[in-house]
Amino acid sequence: MTPATASPALSSPSLSPATPDKRLRIIDRTMRLHGYASHALIETLHAVQEAFGYLEPDLMRYVAGRLKVPLSRVYAVATFYHFFTLKPPGEHTCVLCKGTACYISGTAEIFRKVEEMLGIHAGETTADGKISLMTARCLGACGLAPAGVFDGTVVGNLTLDTVVNKLQAWRSHDADHRESAGDRENRNRCR
Amino acid sequence: MTPTAPIAQKPRTDVNPVRIYTLRIDGRDVSGREDETILTVARQNGIFIPTLCHLDGLAERGACRLCIVEIQGSPKLFAACVTLVKQDMDVITDSARIRDYRRKILELIFSERNHVCAVCVVNGNCELQDLAVKLGMTHVRYDYLNPPQSVDASHPRFSLDHNRCVLCLRCIRVCKDIEGASTWDISGRGIHARIISDLNQPWGESETCTGCGKCVQVCPTGALSEKGKSVAEMTKRPQFLPYLQMMRKEAEI
Repeated sequence: MTPATASPALSSPSLSPATPDKRLRIIDRTMRLHGYASHALIETLHAVQEAFGYLEPDLMRYVAGRLKVPLSRVYAVATFYHFFTLKPPGEHTCVLCKGTACYISGTAEIFRKVEEMLGIHAGETTADGKISLMTARCLGACGLAPAGVFDGTVVGNLTLDTVVNKLQAWRSHDADHRESAGDRENRNRCR
Repeated sequence: MTPTAPIAQKPRTDVNPVRIYTLRIDGRDVSGREDETILTVARQNGIFIPTLCHLDGLAERGACRLCIVEIQGSPKLFAACVTLVKQDMDVITDSARIRDYRRKILELIFSERNHVCAVCVVNGNCELQDLAVKLGMTHVRYDYLNPPQSVDASHPRFSLDHNRCVLCLRCIRVCKDIEGASTWDISGRGIHARIISDLNQPWGESETCTGCGKCVQVCPTGALSEKGKSVAEMTKRPQFLPYLQMMRKEAEI
């Protein structure tokens, strides 16, 4: 079942040449679970994004080779779905809900101010790589409107002040600073 | 998501013989096999239906909607290239309503990218231009979007001009189904959709492209063209496709 690793596209991507990356094993496992079927492409891309935070060209090439899917198809799928991102995410992610309930209770105004403050648009990351700003169609938490997700935690009843405070805290990395993906990885390595 | 999946799957002919249906197209009694589309039967009988994304020899896509027809008893409009014939169907291929819609579709295509015929390599040999003339499109009533599009001239023999692309996906289909290289696909969606080769690499750096030039020959506009051709010098010959398929079928037997 496992294809021979003859061509360069099939060998491990050059992300960590010395040590086999633990994250790569997660991707391999997902592909193996689906018997390297080409229809497991979306599932595998999910695994890649979960492990690496975004879809790197080298990884897309690796997945394409293993699943025997054309490179162009992998790229097409990765860009068709809004869930997938080709750019590395910031240290922190701020998702603001723009569903109907949140919109009428004021996310539009908050969003405009946040964009102004960070100098970026939805789907972009600040130049220092600290904060990614995103929108969601609906979080399914309309009772908490206006709602947002800050680093994976849903926060309801947002006001401009709470959002700005949160973002300021992220920017200055004070007590509120949650561990970032990099910290987590370093800790894992030390173990 | 699967832009090139054939829509009309052929029924098995070895278990039950193909049925022949009789139907009416523009008031004329015609007959067609059950696995034939309205477009095929109309063309066999010399009835004109404009098409853009359809090309003889390629899987149908049903993307451009220029071949829309009315079927009596339904308020919907059907794309003739992907609608199979049925017994006693009554098809109208030309009416004020259809003409209006077709012109609107063309105008939307024109307003979406930068179709400047005067400086285009296929000026005079362009399927989009011919359609505009044939369908009587005299002006575009929508605002031009004038999107900033790029030109990829990294391939040694061909160049890709996104300004002229109408996203008919012929190049994608010919590359996947006929050449088997699958170099082309489409990235993004909606208004952001555009043709890409491999992982959105420059065409010249594509590892899968065989340089066969089939995509260039089937492109209806000046989006894909040969290098070294100046304004109005490029002609396309997509006629190779049915021939190629016929010869391959011969080889199989």
